[in-house]
Amino acid sequence: MGKRVGIETSIAAAEAVKMANVDVVAAYPITPQTHIVEHLSEFVADGVLDAEFVPVESEHSAMSVCCGSSAVGARTFTCTSSQGLALMNEIVFIASALRLPIVMILANRSLSSPLSIWNDHTDVMSVRDVGWIQLFTENAQEVFDHVFFAFRVAEDPKVSFPVMVNVDGFILTHVIEPVEFWDQEQVDRYLPEFKPVHRLHPDNPTTMGAFAMPGLFAETKKAQDEALKSTMPVILKAWKEMGEMVGRHYHPVEGYQTEGAETLILTMGSMGETASIAVDRLRAQGKPVGQLKIRLWRPFPFKEFREAAKGAKHIIVLDRAISYSGPGGPVASEIRAALYGEKDMPIVTNFIAGLAGRDVTPGDFINMYDQTIDMAKGNVRQEDYIFYGVRE
Amino acid sequence: MVKSEKELGWKDLEVGCDVKEPGNGSQYRTGDWRSVRPVWDKTKCIKCGVCYIFCPDAAIKKDEEGYFEADLYYCKGCGICAHECVTGCITMVEEEE
Repeated sequence: MGKRVGIETSIAAAEAVKMANVDVVAAYPITPQTHIVEHLSEFVADGVLDAEFVPVESEHSAMSVCCGSSAVGARTFTCTSSQGLALMNEIVFIASALRLPIVMILANRSLSSPLSIWNDHTDVMSVRDVGWIQLFTENAQEVFDHVFFAFRVAEDPKVSFPVMVNVDGFILTHVIEPVEFWDQEQVDRYLPEFKPVHRLHPDNPTTMGAFAMPGLFAETKKAQDEALKSTMPVILKAWKEMGEMVGRHYHPVEGYQTEGAETLILTMGSMGETASIAVDRLRAQGKPVGQLKIRLWRPFPFKEFREAAKGAKHIIVLDRAISYSGPGGPVASEIRAALYGEKDMPIVTNFIAGLAGRDVTPGDFINMYDQTIDMAKGNVRQEDYIFYGVRE
Repeated sequence: MVKSEKELGWKDLEVGCDVKEPGNGSQYRTGDWRSVRPVWDKTKCIKCGVCYIFCPDAAIKKDEEGYFEADLYYCKGCGICAHECVTGCITMVEEEE
């Protein structure tokens, strides 16, 4: 077992990428992801990490370099946020369609305008449908663990998809937390050598990224969708083996105080810990409240979610992004869709909160709970989504 | 290619839809796009090869006598050959079939 240290989440993430013995890092600095790649560039400059650090001129180039290096069989890492992700967007689609197992940490941040460097989930929700494996982390330890997990899953021959690890900007990237490191021997055991299922190599010529006519395109997309859906067993096995090795057990959907809960508060990312405090306080008042956290966002864990939601009367969904004039925040829309047609479908109340770094306290979650119960008593059709705590 | 594009099912595709057979773009019949076709007037043609050089699809070939003609499997009927022809011997005629 490795040592337990107090360390900034970003630095811990960079240490994990180093321990994963990455071959290529291509990234462009953008707040709040900067510490991660800065630290990696130091490792390379100091000669403690034998990797190519490619200081590209934009995020569009960063993801392009990543596609190239991954395609020749190099273990590849990048990191971005917000506008940076938006700029690399077209290549993000290509990475998954070409089945290139790139690992990205997305330090979640809002998008302009107004200009904001602070944390919410606007960036990740803009790439919901790019076909990457996407997961959320709640604290520094989870970020550290999931760097290894991400490479392991991405590069598994049955997967070969890029993986995006979402880390809340500032709230998580810039805090110092206790992290239990893995031993290098554990990392090497957990993460085998990268043996690409397909690669560009002169001995075996192949074309990646050819074009497809209308007569073939739908087949290529069906193949991609089926391949992504079939990654679930590998994902579950990677978590199971990590649990056996380091004693931390992760799941696609995780519950807290769900026993007998009539209302579930659903979160993704670092606000899960705040919601847990609220759940404890409500439980102390005798209120039947529990919590669900979606860790795995893509492929969406329908089975695990429906199982976890069974028996609940209300689900309060916190959304940290907006679907302007749409059916609700992106998470709530999916939760409602996942529940549609289920027996005794719970009522989903959707709060948009925590935009661009606005604090959401345990008290706010308690208010959301009270509001939800009041609305349920009133027996009126709810708003599809409610902006929480916005001044008139 | 074992199967033509329209026979391939999603399970037949390589990971990432890689193309394992180099140069299989040559199987793609771009001649389907054509609405007009270049026709050479051999009485005016001086066999200079300007049409051959300018064809963006390398769809012009030489016959046994040294005259040029379009490979209609690939010729898209863009008309660049007719535009560039020094003697004006190429006419674009409507495809009627």
